[in-house]
Amino acid sequence: MVIDYLPLLLQGAGLSLCVMLLALVLALILGLINAVVKLFGPPWLRWLSTGYTTLVRGIPELVIMLLLFFGGEMLVNGFLGLLGIGPVHFNTFLSGVLAIGFVFGAYYTETFRGAFQTVDQGQLEAAVAYGMHPGQVFRRVMLPQMLSFAIPGINNNWLGLMKASALVSILGLEDMVWLAEQAGRATQKPFLFYFLISLIYMVITALSGWMFSRLARRYALYSSTARDTY
Amino acid sequence: MNLQTILDTVPTFLWSDGNDVTGLAVTAKLFLLSVVPGMMLAVIMAVGQVYGPRPLAMLIRSVSYFFRSTPLYLQLMLIYYGLSQFDVVQLGWQNDQPFWLLFRDATFCATLALVLNTSAYVAELLAGMMVTFPRQEWVAGEAFGMSRAQIIRRLVLPATLRRGIPALNNEMVFLLHATSLASTVTLLDITGVARSFYAATYSPFIPFLLAAALYLVCTFALIFLFSLTERRWLAFTRRS
Repeated sequence: MVIDYLPLLLQGAGLSLCVMLLALVLALILGLINAVVKLFGPPWLRWLSTGYTTLVRGIPELVIMLLLFFGGEMLVNGFLGLLGIGPVHFNTFLSGVLAIGFVFGAYYTETFRGAFQTVDQGQLEAAVAYGMHPGQVFRRVMLPQMLSFAIPGINNNWLGLMKASALVSILGLEDMVWLAEQAGRATQKPFLFYFLISLIYMVITALSGWMFSRLARRYALYSSTARDTY
Repeated sequence: MNLQTILDTVPTFLWSDGNDVTGLAVTAKLFLLSVVPGMMLAVIMAVGQVYGPRPLAMLIRSVSYFFRSTPLYLQLMLIYYGLSQFDVVQLGWQNDQPFWLLFRDATFCATLALVLNTSAYVAELLAGMMVTFPRQEWVAGEAFGMSRAQIIRRLVLPATLRRGIPALNNEMVFLLHATSLASTVTLLDITGVARSFYAATYSPFIPFLLAAALYLVCTFALIFLFSLTERRWLAFTRRS
């Protein structure tokens, strides 16, 4: 009986993993852009970034997700209506990814901002003295050194993001949590199915902990200061 | 939606919908009910994990790992919906046993999930600081003739809790935000009120923006309170 549901649950796990990973990519990009803006951007953009991180981190994920999920579609359709284009229906999957990515982009902004600040100012000046242009300084000097400091934070936020992704089932996406609920109802064994799903989350946590500690060791090589820490 | 209907929703968002306590009052209740037992449990878990016998430490560590590595939403579902699977619980409900009836109460289940969840995170944080407790201070305590338990109670705990204030601030903000999940087990906290308004009106912006604003105010109030505590108890870390 339980065995019958396993393929379905695994399929749901695949969908959940897609949501998590796509949201992670979005959050990392948003975080990186905002961190750079916060440190080097013009004042008005900096102000906007600060507003974004402060607001998002002061409101529960669930509320932001509900607001974006239900409000986002209306907002976009209102805008499209002005242009005379018919209403579009938002895909649950995409809205879930966008909402989670948007929320955790704010957390990643702070992680990256803190990590960028640990890079020695003198090295940036040295890079400029070597004739590198700003893009090269960023890619060759700042990014590799900043990463060794950012890795613990990247892992923490990723784990938070992964756990927050369980909330997309509240929005109606048929991810593994949603499927576990249905299976639990049908078989009258809700504890069993919720527990099975919990195990999947634990495995993901354990695996990413292992992966990130390896990454941390690898990136420690690039940094002059972080090497002693690991 | 006009201004009057928005104004009419404000009492529901803050304290009551006329019949039941709702909104901010429920959120505050859940937070306060969870924070005290959560902190106490966290201290006990941290001490057990760092200074307890090995099997106990292992047990605490694995329980805490479970609560830190799975979503709070799932933990809440396990407690509120999951337990009905077991015959003991069903039998308890049939015989009106007060202990098992507690698990039918949404407030109790939400509080239990929040307590277990937050205590796991806070315990991990405190344990991390206890491990780095300065050896010299411990030896000084021994030189004064204190027992192990006395050193933990008089030296380790006060120092750890003080040094942990900034990190605890973060955990408390997370706990406040986590109370929003109570809306998934029928409770009408701030998020629950917003969701029921959305379900009734299909207008997402007003209810969810109001809820967001309320949470922001609460978050800033919490951060402000913590900055006061830091000024009081971490005065020695300030540079004069």
